[in-house]
Amino acid sequence: MTETEGKTALLLLGCPQVPVQTSVAIHLCDQLRERGIAPVIAGTGAARKLIEVADPKRLYIGEVVDLDDCIDAIAEKQRDFDYAYVFIHNDGGVSYAGTLSAISRARLVGIVYGEHADETAASITFPCEVVATKATHNPMPVVVKLGRVLP
Amino acid sequence: MSCIERIEYEILLQGASFRESAEYIKKHFPEWYEVEPGYRLFDAHLIGVPPVVLGIDGDDVIFPYTKPCRGTFLLRANGPDEVAKLRARTKKKR
Repeated sequence: MTETEGKTALLLLGCPQVPVQTSVAIHLCDQLRERGIAPVIAGTGAARKLIEVADPKRLYIGEVVDLDDCIDAIAEKQRDFDYAYVFIHNDGGVSYAGTLSAISRARLVGIVYGEHADETAASITFPCEVVATKATHNPMPVVVKLGRVLP
Repeated sequence: MSCIERIEYEILLQGASFRESAEYIKKHFPEWYEVEPGYRLFDAHLIGVPPVVLGIDGDDVIFPYTKPCRGTFLLRANGPDEVAKLRARTKKKR
């Protein structure tokens, strides 16, 4: 049994406007499962549907929950995770990561991507590991950097 | 639908960053407070980068409201109970 076995990870998805988000999230679920970590995806309705349609048999993803409900549960101390990966491509994503930094005890990682990744990453001023790349359509630059923040 | 969308509010800023929203409150409202993200306001947990700045003007609360796809809105809503709750906190800034 490894030290990550039985742990949980939250993948907090942002607006699915940037294409890399869905495939990187499914890839990350696979990597987490390989380590015995149960992934839980939280996102908006559209972000959740993109994930669920792409993995209809749920071979990679696990539990999928509403974003607001998830934040409520963590803020009310009803639920928490060992790891939290926040998908960030805009100011809203930074705000969600900032919220998790305050309400959760999870090891927090910001996955920053999109055209303005460098500026967005620079606006993260709270404790949070960050991987940033300007990827928008090709997920590989993000996938390569994910290796640095996997447990 | 979020709890915030069920109350009456006025939009003061749209498409602003969380930082711009905080600066706007500090510049335009003499009474403001800092709270942690997750602070419960109008039955919703506030999203934002710590510290989140909230303003008070009479019985109105001025607060940032973040939507994942549409960014941060700065809203004003009537809430005497929320005003009283904020004033009862010790972290009064101004």
